[in-house]
Amino acid sequence: MSFLTLADVSKSFGNLHAVADVNLSVEKGEFVSLLGPSGCGKTTTLQMIAGFVQATSGRIVLDGRDITEMKPNQRGLGIVFQSYALFPHMTVAQNVRFGLEMRRVSKAESDARVREALALVRLDAFAERYPRELSGGQRQRVALARAIVIAPPVLLLDEPMSNLDAKLREEMQFELRAIQRRIGTTTIMVTHDQSEALSISDRVVVMEAGRVTQVDTPYRAYERPENRFVSQFIGKANLFSGTVAATDSERMHVDVGADRIEVGHGVHLPESAAPRVGDAVTVCIRPEKVRLDAQGAGRLPATVTSRFFLGSQWLYRVECRLGEILVCCQNEGDEPLSEGETVGIDWKSEAVRFVARDARHV
Amino acid sequence: MWLLCAPSLILFATLVLVPLAMTLVLTFYRFDPSSGPIAAFQFGNYVNVIGSPYYQTIFLRTFGIAAITTAFCVAIGAPEAYVLSKMRDPWRSAFLLVILAPLLVSVVVRAFGWSMLLGTAGIVNQAFGLVGLGPYKLEYTTFAIVIALVHVMLPFMVIPVWTALQKLDPQTEQAALSLMASPATTLRRIVLPQIMPGVLSGSLMVFGLSASAFAIPGLLGGRRLKVAATAVYDEFLGSLNWPLGATIALLLLAANLVIMLTYYRVLERRYGRGMG
Amino acid sequence: MRRNSPLALAFHALVIAFVLAPLVIVVLVAFTPDETLTLPTHGLSLRWFRAILNYPDFITAFFTSIKLAFMSATLSLAFALPAGLAIARARFPGRDFLNALLLSPLVIPGLVLGIALLRFFALIGATGSFVWLVLAHTVIVTPFVLRLVLAAATGLDRSVEHAAQSLGASAWTTFRRVTLPMIVPGITGGWLLAFINSFDELTMSIFVTSPQTVTLPVRMYMYATESIDPMMASVSTLVIFVTAAAMLLLDRAYGLNRILIGQH
Repeated sequence: MSFLTLADVSKSFGNLHAVADVNLSVEKGEFVSLLGPSGCGKTTTLQMIAGFVQATSGRIVLDGRDITEMKPNQRGLGIVFQSYALFPHMTVAQNVRFGLEMRRVSKAESDARVREALALVRLDAFAERYPRELSGGQRQRVALARAIVIAPPVLLLDEPMSNLDAKLREEMQFELRAIQRRIGTTTIMVTHDQSEALSISDRVVVMEAGRVTQVDTPYRAYERPENRFVSQFIGKANLFSGTVAATDSERMHVDVGADRIEVGHGVHLPESAAPRVGDAVTVCIRPEKVRLDAQGAGRLPATVTSRFFLGSQWLYRVECRLGEILVCCQNEGDEPLSEGETVGIDWKSEAVRFVARDARHV
Repeated sequence: MWLLCAPSLILFATLVLVPLAMTLVLTFYRFDPSSGPIAAFQFGNYVNVIGSPYYQTIFLRTFGIAAITTAFCVAIGAPEAYVLSKMRDPWRSAFLLVILAPLLVSVVVRAFGWSMLLGTAGIVNQAFGLVGLGPYKLEYTTFAIVIALVHVMLPFMVIPVWTALQKLDPQTEQAALSLMASPATTLRRIVLPQIMPGVLSGSLMVFGLSASAFAIPGLLGGRRLKVAATAVYDEFLGSLNWPLGATIALLLLAANLVIMLTYYRVLERRYGRGMG
Repeated sequence: MRRNSPLALAFHALVIAFVLAPLVIVVLVAFTPDETLTLPTHGLSLRWFRAILNYPDFITAFFTSIKLAFMSATLSLAFALPAGLAIARARFPGRDFLNALLLSPLVIPGLVLGIALLRFFALIGATGSFVWLVLAHTVIVTPFVLRLVLAAATGLDRSVEHAAQSLGASAWTTFRRVTLPMIVPGITGGWLLAFINSFDELTMSIFVTSPQTVTLPVRMYMYATESIDPMMASVSTLVIFVTAAAMLLLDRAYGLNRILIGQH
């Protein structure tokens, strides 16, 4: 029995279908991310859970109670808004205390809980400051403290780190996850940053154009993208279109131009959906799974067209018979390959993934 | 650089600074009914004004009217600005225009409109007559002055409150609701404190303008309900006692400044720190 | 929470009615065929508009006001434009003082300025002079022009001027071909706002005008304190009409809501 369920939830604004038939089950204590590009409906979905947008159809059930029709100030959820929405005329402590005041918690108990929450986000020394006297990262932590002090059944985070700079963002991601683990609150986070979603979520819900395209653990979503969109949105992908030459439960062979590529691990789909010989399919291989050999060893020759230094990695663009391929190599401190150099590329068959069937062979 | 500024500097020095200084000097002159102001340095005029019950009443009435007007403007203007901010365009800009455009119509026209509405044979009384009430004597009363002043001053309250509302993050209202505050509590504890600076600057403006208002008390107060501005007019263009008139005007200015400064200090202490 | 409750909308409707009532009444009564202040419940008539023609005083006052407004708006532009640009662009000693001085008519009650100028004019023998009246009005409306010039000048992206200069334009050419066109809406808006304010001005003018230089608002005030008849309404309607025309132009040039509250 899941803790929070969205059943066939949809939202339309006139002719615009912002969210269409979203089904989601979140377990208690889980950290789930709604991931997707702008306009995919993730924020609208979050707002429906929060109650600020009324669903056009569908049900939202929290811990057995149907909250679809409930007003936002009755749902009792903890929300961290994108702009943090701190009350500028109240101190940090007053901000955090506000939810407790609305619940008529006694002064003694509020004081203790506020202190606890501020200690959890490491802002105890700032209790008497005003929001405008704080930095962006500190304001975000106040917003978090304010949302968790009320011990909500669900914590909703709306792009909480989008206003922070890159370095701070990384730190906050881990801190956020650590805090969430400690207090064990079921959490739903909306973000467009896929690396953020991958690093701290238990599961990611990838959305595109109002629909859910894949729900999986970060690892599985990355390694086994179920369609083109997910394969390109999460991480970088080298996609190849080809025709199925042979297939069984163990492996599939795809003809891409003059080459035959083997898709290891087979394709685990039900009979009806599995690709057959002659179908047009898309397969993908991640850049870090491609090996470059300066001596030219490998299954294909290629020429380096450009390279980018990313600190811990080198990103190469190489041109080969199959087209242009992105390759990511660990920076082991050795001399990198230069542009124009001829190399050999290779990969493990198990690393090639079936992504989608584009057309049935008639 | 000086070339660009010099003309305006000269113009303003001549037509603002010098005349004001001269007026200050004038307050110390004596007045002779037959020959006009006589140069002197005496405080007789000040004593006359501050000591006389006639002028005390006038000042009390002036500031009383200004205070009531300010209170009404806050009570009507602030909520109205809030209601407007929650509207969608095109209604929002249209109604904002309707409320602010009267600023550009001459005050005489607006005062006259009210005198027509409130006259004994005026529209309001005619409406009362339809339900069998009245007629009430509405014109030439303090009530009439206040109503017309509120009408004229309303835009000056709406503008700063509107500006403050624009700066308000709407997500703070959502945050309060999500923390289980009722809509009324949200208004009281989240919206109101954030628009206080707007209310404050609006109040100061309305009070200052109401205290020195001339046309409205003149047309709607009649000959018997004098305020400071119309008293000054009487002295200058009526009895020709310029020194006395100048004294009343300067005292009005001074009292106005004192009241507004105190009000500002008090509210700043209460709301200042949170607002930057 | 974007929607207003019915209670809020009812309140709003009352406020709008309150705001429009006096103006609507004035316009309606102007068209009454009766002798007294009544609503034109049985037919409209232009008799009270024609009656104005029997009062040359009003007609003279009207043209005086138009002339006065035109001249003071233009003059104030000549003063405020250079000063505004200087204040917005440069740092020089006394800049804040000049800024405050030029904006001071906004905080000095018209009453005080009126009597001060009355005294001043009396001493220099300028009473009854139209020229000095124009100067007085110029002073009163300059703050409006200055505020808009300042807003336009500070909002200007200096890099555009730098681009022009890097392409070889002289300082004067840059001003004429690049800066000026960009602040024209602000200037036009300022002029129109100044015009409207001069046309409407009463409190200061009452002290400073003389029988030869009576402006329309002053004439109307005098008339209204003595008798109230529908002719006041028809004159008022004409004033509203002129103001509305000016506001329309203002909206075209700059945006009415923008002028009244800054960026809308």
